[in-house]
Amino acid sequence: MRDVAIIGAKVTACGELWNRSLRDLFVEAALGAIKDAGVDHIDSMYVGCMSGGLFVGQEHIGALMADYLGQCPVPAMRVESACASGGMALRAGWLHVASGLNDVVLVGGVEKMTDVGGDEATYALATAADQEWEGFNGVTFPGLYAMMAVAHMDRYKTTSKQLASVAAKNHDNGSKNPNAQFPMKVSVEDVLSSVLVADPLHILDCSPITDGAAALILVPADMAKKLSKRPGIKILASTAATDTLALHSRKDLCALEAVAKAAAGAYQQANKKPSDVQVCEVHDCFTIAEIMATEALGFFEKGKGGPAAESGATAIGGKIPVNTSGGLKSKGHPVGASGVSQAVEIVEQLRGEAGARQVKGAKLGMTQNMGGTGASAVVHILEAM
Amino acid sequence: MKVGIVGWGASLPRHRIKVEEIAKVWGADAPSYKKGLGLREKSVPAPDQDVITLSVEAARNALARASQVSAAELGCIYIGSESHPYAVKPSGCTVGEAIGAFPACHVADMEFACKAGSEGMFVAHGLVKAGLVKYGLAIGADTSQGAPGDALEYSAAAGAAAYIMGSEGVVATIDDTFSFTTDTPDFWRREYQHYPQHAGRFTGEPAYFRTVTGASTALLEKAGMKPKDFAYAVFHQPNGKFPMRVGKMLGFTKEQMEIGWLAPRLGNTYSGASPLGLTAILDVAKPGDKIFMCSYGSGAGSDAFVYTVTDKITALQQKGVPTTADQLDKNQIYLQYGEYAKFRRKILKAE
Repeated sequence: MRDVAIIGAKVTACGELWNRSLRDLFVEAALGAIKDAGVDHIDSMYVGCMSGGLFVGQEHIGALMADYLGQCPVPAMRVESACASGGMALRAGWLHVASGLNDVVLVGGVEKMTDVGGDEATYALATAADQEWEGFNGVTFPGLYAMMAVAHMDRYKTTSKQLASVAAKNHDNGSKNPNAQFPMKVSVEDVLSSVLVADPLHILDCSPITDGAAALILVPADMAKKLSKRPGIKILASTAATDTLALHSRKDLCALEAVAKAAAGAYQQANKKPSDVQVCEVHDCFTIAEIMATEALGFFEKGKGGPAAESGATAIGGKIPVNTSGGLKSKGHPVGASGVSQAVEIVEQLRGEAGARQVKGAKLGMTQNMGGTGASAVVHILEAM
Repeated sequence: MKVGIVGWGASLPRHRIKVEEIAKVWGADAPSYKKGLGLREKSVPAPDQDVITLSVEAARNALARASQVSAAELGCIYIGSESHPYAVKPSGCTVGEAIGAFPACHVADMEFACKAGSEGMFVAHGLVKAGLVKYGLAIGADTSQGAPGDALEYSAAAGAAAYIMGSEGVVATIDDTFSFTTDTPDFWRREYQHYPQHAGRFTGEPAYFRTVTGASTALLEKAGMKPKDFAYAVFHQPNGKFPMRVGKMLGFTKEQMEIGWLAPRLGNTYSGASPLGLTAILDVAKPGDKIFMCSYGSGAGSDAFVYTVTDKITALQQKGVPTTADQLDKNQIYLQYGEYAKFRRKILKAE
């Protein structure tokens, strides 16, 4: 297997982008990444998209995006793994370069979620749960994550205030991100006094419905300097794992086993340990998800994620800065794009180009993206070259 | 020839229901609805009040102020509403007959979601200006529909505003107008449906805000005026928040908008909304005051107007005709949800 490097990265604005369609968003991100890298062609492309069908009535995303990017006849493939679609697209792109099959690969992620109303969006997202056991019985994602939060609070004495501190920290980071959907700062009190969506989760514990796209250009690491003037970022590890879709089938409601499994593999592949990671983007679709992810990634012991978040350990300047972009919570969560967008943030951090949210001297970063309540997980470790 | 408003009148139901009372029934969070919608309560039509009766009362108030106008001199009657009692048979026929305007009169009911009222004002003004009619009556009235439990239920209210347009005895001249229209599907009700559907947050930025700022900016530019030139401004008010936000985006101040900003304590009277804001302003305006008005109707469009108040207004303000503020802030009767459900025919007595 060849070493792989990222030489181009671009994320669009996140938000309610009324005047831009699914294809507009993808093309903006893809052209941005191509321009950033300075490459004159691509050999193949992989597009993360969770539910073009339910959000905008469009499937067959791979060929459509190749067409609108003006890249036909390159091979193009859509990758779907619910909210981990973007991370899995990155892994697909990585595999194609690492295996020697392609030299210049475009990885993109895109979702256009605001063409439907709230109920339809909630339904589309709920299809990432086990429909026969969960979705058809009326369970939605806020409900599922609320159950995980209740279990975590029961066993580890995690508090609502600790959950809220995750949101406050991510909005603080998002306030420094020009592409964030909700760049306003919120206090712990704001979160706790916001509307209860699914006890114990308040609306400010939840990530929003977002339009957005992100893209990366991947090449063999030894060709990075030749192909691009931009600093290359090496992909030290790309791993994935799965768990049961249905929450009730899990051995432990308080742990993200697939994330832990993927992380263990990633540390082994990269020959690194959790304490080596200097900046990390995790899948904070709900505040409890960030707490559980930071435990599964080994940054904190099981049950210590809540107190760690409250202590400031995950803030910029803390022990392990988490979600410097603002995370899905503040930056926004265009589901199929989120995994790619996380990698764009880490690329910017490792290039030292993250502006006001820069983690000083960051050379090693990580991304953790997951689908559903953690049934699919994908982890990448990136390093400045 | 200066054409403009020669008489104005409002009609509001006495009944109200508070946000808390509706939220209680649906298990919803009242403080977040109050904050999100920027309103506390809304008006509710009594069982015997509909667009026709509200329009008749508003028209009579307008005629009482413009006492030099005989109803028989009204050359046209336009009633804008999205809750006309009949699908086929104009509300204007009953209203015109009731006030004694017939038979020499052109009548039409208007429909353009919430801007149907200002449409009548636009057309009546045009006919007077063209010399086709001596006086024209334009009414915006609604007993709006909001599906039980829907966000609209907290705001859909009732009320009517009537304007007599003419060229003699003008109390506020219409100096300039601008209409802005696009095909923007943010809110609609199809035939045989009881309640409208709406496209959630799409009704905001790409619909209301784009259209209202589009019409207002164009009219200010056309008239060569700036927000600071106006004593008052009134915008369509689907809730308490939107009109204040759009006004501030355009450069108007809270002080300019406060008098016509009725939604927090009235709700959204749909076709009556910005016209009722204007009746409240005319109740207190001084000669020389400039007034800016911009309606909004889903679908979508806005009619914007620039008015200048004349010295004839003072006498009409002193005629003892019920003002908008009087009807809004006095003698309210607060309903519980059960009574409200009966009033709005959401529950029916067994035969």
